[in-house]
Amino acid sequence: MGHEPIRSLELRGITKRFPGILACDRIDLSVGEHSVRALVGENGAGKTTLMNILMGLYQPDEGRILINGSEVRFRSPNDAFDHGIGMVHQHFMLVQNLTVAENVALGMKSAHRPLWLDLKSVRSRIIEVSERHELPVNPDALVWQLSVGEQQRVELVKTLCLGARFLILDEPTSALTPQETDELIALLQKMSRELSIVFISHKLHEVKALSDTVSILRRGRIVFEGRTEDHSPADLAALMTGHEVELPRVESGGSAPAADGRGLLSIRELRVSGDLGNLALDGVSLDVAPGEIVGLAGVSGNGQRELAEALNGLRPVVSGSIALNGAELAGRSASAAIGQGMGYIPEDRNTEGIVPSFSVRENLVLKDVGGGAWSRGGFLRLGRIAANAAELRDRFDIRCPSTDTAAGSLSGGNIQKVILARELARGPKALVAVYPTRGLDMGAEEFIHKQLLARRSEGVAILLISEELEEIMNLSDRIAVIYKGRILRIVPGRDATKRSLGLLMAGVVDE
Amino acid sequence: MSLGQFLLNVLILGVPFSVALLLAGLGETINQRAGVFNLGCEGIMAMGAFVAFLPPYFMAGTPLEGYANLIGVALAIAAGALLGVLFALVVVTFRAPQGIAGIGLQMLGWGAAGTLFRRYVGGVTGVQGIRAMPIPGLSNLPVIGPVLFNHNPLVYLAFLMVPAFWYLLFKTPWGLKVRSVGTYPRAADSLGIRVSRVRYQALALGGAMAGLAGAYLSLAQAKMFADDLIAGRGFIAVALVYFGRWNPVGVMGGALLFSLAQALQLSIQVAGIDFPYEFAVMLPYVLVIVVLSLVRKARMIGPSELGKPFDREQRI
Ligand SMILES: Nc1ncnc2c1ncn2[C@@H]1O[C@H](COP(=O)(O)OP(=O)(O)OP(=O)(O)O)[C@@H](O)[C@H]1O
Ligand SMILES: [Mg+2]
Repeated sequence: MGHEPIRSLELRGITKRFPGILACDRIDLSVGEHSVRALVGENGAGKTTLMNILMGLYQPDEGRILINGSEVRFRSPNDAFDHGIGMVHQHFMLVQNLTVAENVALGMKSAHRPLWLDLKSVRSRIIEVSERHELPVNPDALVWQLSVGEQQRVELVKTLCLGARFLILDEPTSALTPQETDELIALLQKMSRELSIVFISHKLHEVKALSDTVSILRRGRIVFEGRTEDHSPADLAALMTGHEVELPRVESGGSAPAADGRGLLSIRELRVSGDLGNLALDGVSLDVAPGEIVGLAGVSGNGQRELAEALNGLRPVVSGSIALNGAELAGRSASAAIGQGMGYIPEDRNTEGIVPSFSVRENLVLKDVGGGAWSRGGFLRLGRIAANAAELRDRFDIRCPSTDTAAGSLSGGNIQKVILARELARGPKALVAVYPTRGLDMGAEEFIHKQLLARRSEGVAILLISEELEEIMNLSDRIAVIYKGRILRIVPGRDATKRSLGLLMAGVVDE
Repeated sequence: MSLGQFLLNVLILGVPFSVALLLAGLGETINQRAGVFNLGCEGIMAMGAFVAFLPPYFMAGTPLEGYANLIGVALAIAAGALLGVLFALVVVTFRAPQGIAGIGLQMLGWGAAGTLFRRYVGGVTGVQGIRAMPIPGLSNLPVIGPVLFNHNPLVYLAFLMVPAFWYLLFKTPWGLKVRSVGTYPRAADSLGIRVSRVRYQALALGGAMAGLAGAYLSLAQAKMFADDLIAGRGFIAVALVYFGRWNPVGVMGGALLFSLAQALQLSIQVAGIDFPYEFAVMLPYVLVIVVLSLVRKARMIGPSELGKPFDREQRI
């Protein structure tokens, strides 16, 4: 840490190219002491790339970094650490099979004694930091046993333990529950008195609450820079996407399932085991009528993932039934669910929804590749597959250098669009959408909401699983609240309020 | 011969059998923990066995004869480390597929050792080799004396290396780096750990261990060199690492299990027990496969990025 504290940091003319794409295009950005600079922009705008350059993880093709007026060159994150810069990455940088303390020790060079690892000093440093900032973490827990929210906390503690005085936070709230988000924002407000922060988020109310200045990136260029207090979230959203963003709302509320009481998608007394052998779903019954969106609200970890997997044949069912259009799906395979017309937008898009190393166009036909549309006589119909990809790319505004690019190299939001395009283009009868807009920019969110509503009016039965109350309330005809593997209550969408749902999500049922 | 005597013989035979597997397996554990599996282990062992054999063969009768074994062992370790680095160059720097590169290294080591042997040595010749060194006092104990304390020094060394490797892997900064690099190199990289360097070091150490294992075979176990001396032990060592769940203690358990099965198989033949010997020979291999498929799948323990090259600017 042989360097003076950062009083000002400037990026000048940063340019970075990836094969087929200009990720950063002559970007200028400056951050002063004790201030919070928000960085917002559409998916794939280049935010993460720019910050990785600042950390020394990527080398810029052009441009300079100035600290306190003099130029620096970062060849590896060690150089950035030396200047007190630390980053909480968009995707957790935690080694799953190590403990929290070991993960911190990895970066804490002072604990690296020649013949032994001084975990004791690491532990006490973790406890010191976590007490000072009120971020409870258990240094001896194994990372894979922690919830997403806890891991996010560990990431922050880790970065602070390594002595960061200049914090880069890349979408730190995208996987947090609303309460956790509020806590984090409050904490960052406090910390910004001592530190400098670059804050990346797609949620503009967070940007409003936290930042002093805001920069907007679009397609690798800074298109706007200004003081946060001078602009409303709606202004910022318009600047970000280039048009007014208005999240659509469903026009109805309270439509009951068909006369016989059974929906197109009908779940009865479903019991499913979780990963740890516990009963993750304990007698869930739910109906979704054609042309209805049922929102499933709840704090994550209350059985949502297990429900979605069971519905799609990805998790064995202990007991109960799942009927789609009269066909029984409980305990059958994923291909049975697909064959009956079930569409699925999974929670973890990197490991479930796509094959990352396959091209965009291959991923777009993956579910039906055995059928006559994409193959004949054991041969792929490559021309059709390419044409299909070109069409979907336009219709869903998938930003990729070409449809031949590996899907895994796209930005998070664009991967989500690939999955959505495939699932919707198949013309499903029912659709299970799990956190469909997590990590997406406002424009993409608006787009996906409109798509879901359009499918609804075409008669698709949609089960929307989300933690975002706003999203659920905007889109759902009816809202079911799940708590500890049971449906606590089902309320008509138009009667729901944030407060009443929040209480139910916490398990409070008042009569 | 009583059953007790028979079993004792199996134990006495089995323990030294396990040493080559154990040494190579410990090295391979480090490789795999760092995210690289080295199928070339077999070839490195062949090379190690060959170079270790040279000093005792050529120095017999010279004044330096007393040091010949030591020099041989040192040469084998050095050659092994060198081949490990060569492998690292191919799979870490040039990011070649590890399976193919490993098979290439296996053939290179095996072929080169055999060819050089025929060119410079010729026919099968024995060497004095490393002699047994009974531990005073302990070796006279009943049962455990002959089983554990009546062997050559490399046997003791190999078993002492089990706790040493365990400590190295789980209690030192380098071990932590190795484990992180094999599980989530991107995270290690984001903390300033040089992924490639750690993998090079791990492969060099793994190679050195495989070289040592080869030296053990030619100098202590067989006391000679032949083309087929290694006889698949390098591949078994790779399998034992999975078997032992990337833990030195588990690898030792696997090496012992396999070797005892092998010793049992030999003893059955030697004792003239009426049992088709083809099946007896198969026994250890079948045993490893069966146990390997029965052990509970190790989630969240091993190196999940095993076999994947790392490139900082590559997203997938
Ligand atoms: N390592 C890489 N290899 C190839 N292309 C990349 C790589 N990293 C980023 N890109 C591309 O560069 C562009 C910018 O990506 P980046 O991750 O910086 O976007 P972002 O603004 O962080 O988006 P998001 O909000 O989705 O996180 C994208 O088009 C992406 O596909
Ligand atoms: Mg990003």
